[in-house]
Amino acid sequence: MNALETFRTAYGALRAHRMRSTLTVLGILIGIAAVMLTVALGQAARTLVLQQITAMGTNLIMVTPGGPDPQPEDPDGYQSFAYAALSLADVEALADPVNAPDVVGVAPTNESYTTVTSGEESQEVSLAGSTPDWLSVRGRTVQSGRFFSADEAARGARVVVVGTTTAQQLLSGGDPLGAEVTLAGQSFTVIGVLNSAGSALGEDQDNLLVIPRTTLLQQIDTSSNPNDVNTLYLQAKDQESLSAAYQQIERTLMTRHGNTEGAKDFSILTQQSLIDTANQTTAILTAALGGIAAISLLVGSIGVMNIMLVSVTERVREIGLRKALGATPAAIRNQFLVEASMLGLLGGMLGLLLGMGVAWVIGVLTDFPVVPSVSATALALGVSLLIGIVAGVYPAARAARLAPIDALRNE
Amino acid sequence: MRVPVLDLREVRKTYATGAAAVEALRGINLAVQAGEYVAVMGPSGSGKSTLMHIIGCLDWLSYGQYLLQGNDVSRMDERRLAHVRNREIGFVFQQFNLLPSLSALRNVELPLIYAGVRLGERRSRAREALAQVGLSDRVDHRPGELSGGQQQRVSIARALVTNPALLLADEPTGNLDSTSTADVLGLFDGLHAEGRTIVLITHEHDVAARAGRAVYMLDGELSEGLPERTG
Repeated sequence: MNALETFRTAYGALRAHRMRSTLTVLGILIGIAAVMLTVALGQAARTLVLQQITAMGTNLIMVTPGGPDPQPEDPDGYQSFAYAALSLADVEALADPVNAPDVVGVAPTNESYTTVTSGEESQEVSLAGSTPDWLSVRGRTVQSGRFFSADEAARGARVVVVGTTTAQQLLSGGDPLGAEVTLAGQSFTVIGVLNSAGSALGEDQDNLLVIPRTTLLQQIDTSSNPNDVNTLYLQAKDQESLSAAYQQIERTLMTRHGNTEGAKDFSILTQQSLIDTANQTTAILTAALGGIAAISLLVGSIGVMNIMLVSVTERVREIGLRKALGATPAAIRNQFLVEASMLGLLGGMLGLLLGMGVAWVIGVLTDFPVVPSVSATALALGVSLLIGIVAGVYPAARAARLAPIDALRNE
Repeated sequence: MRVPVLDLREVRKTYATGAAAVEALRGINLAVQAGEYVAVMGPSGSGKSTLMHIIGCLDWLSYGQYLLQGNDVSRMDERRLAHVRNREIGFVFQQFNLLPSLSALRNVELPLIYAGVRLGERRSRAREALAQVGLSDRVDHRPGELSGGQQQRVSIARALVTNPALLLADEPTGNLDSTSTADVLGLFDGLHAEGRTIVLITHEHDVAARAGRAVYMLDGELSEGLPERTG
């Protein structure tokens, strides 16, 4: 019996039980679609997070006070970390090309949350006090107006640059440039609006006010030490010099703070380390969700095996007849194997279409960049075919083993 | 002397049912020459169905030897038996055993599919066989659309299509009315006249009377000729 006839026979048998075949295919279909979709969504989440991390700036390095290494427990059993404030002197040292030749921008920044008001409107925003370098170091651009100047920063001018979200919600559509807003009882003039940067790590980067750091510490946050910097943003010259810059910063600060290895009192984060963490997180998430989806695929394949067993039992007489007419055990086995594979493959192909359709809809309705991958597609088809074959082996072997006489005698 | 089409020598068949072993065939000797038309008669439970299964290579014998066309089939494995059933034997069953989802033509093609005959030749041979049983105008009908007599004629066409050495019929008229019975028996007469070797199992005297030779099974033993009719 040749392959074509085997396929024709299997197809005929599946057609003869349309309802049952459809339901069995549905099991595989849902499983494949679920696996495909979770993997596609996982990849999309990864792409999205990477985009957001990239949007935080280019070749960005962040330094925060407090070391990453746990110190020996104190007598009361408390775990501690080495801590020292970052000072303006540290900033100056890092801005010096002698110490850190690969650092091209330094933006000492103090960040907090506050309420800003304009007339009747008020808005919770994040407030950053920084230097003019902030704009380039954070990779932002100005949509209209301008950023504050070094001169304004030096004399503590009451000027503010706002994010698009803040501009829309606080100033409700009016021209933001030249508008007056009130911050901690002080009146500030809006001199520029930043271009949108979306959200990064769950935070809207457009609901934000940027003012000169000196203004912040002299007129608003007067309780803090004006010498302390709570986040220091730095920019490396280019992608290649990122790790060199990292080492220059680390060495300079360790020398200045008198730190020893393993007891640093500051932490350095690069975009690369954020990206690595994000990759790890999304990979774990994708594997976990994909695993759950794979269980539905397993259930679907049990369905195929179940229906094949029913099919063999039900067609004992047909099998006997075929054997009486000259079907070899191999021919019978192949017939059932092909039937099971067709169920699997059909479910796989339809599941793929469903998965791609849903992914497409999600892509259209949201900004989630869902892209079905070619490798995932090929894998899904391969897996569904394999499921069919594996689920078909046992029923097919049972059919092949039936003695023709027992099969024919069955009424 | 020519080699008989089938040659059973001291054939025994024992079924183990629980503790007791039932001896269905107790040393059968039967030789059928090419062109013979043999009716096997006997009451139910006499072992004639078992004999039919042995002759048709559908069941294994427990003891003895069975030569089909001179070949010892008692020692063949399932794969080779499948080839023997395909090429040497044409079955006609009481229940017709047609596949309900296939047309008459596709049903007749089945043995040729397993013989590996190409589509074109298969089609023409199946049409020819259906023409031989007078069903040229019913090739595309499914079994459900045919009368009992027509279905049995389809199954005879299926048995003939491989041009087998032996036509083996098990109660072929058992499910038919008298008109269809006459039809089918007429077909067998014609095939016999053409020189086909036929073994027909029946419990009806009228049917057995049409055959050239009759043998009688009783309690697993075979005797030549028929007993006197008692009823």
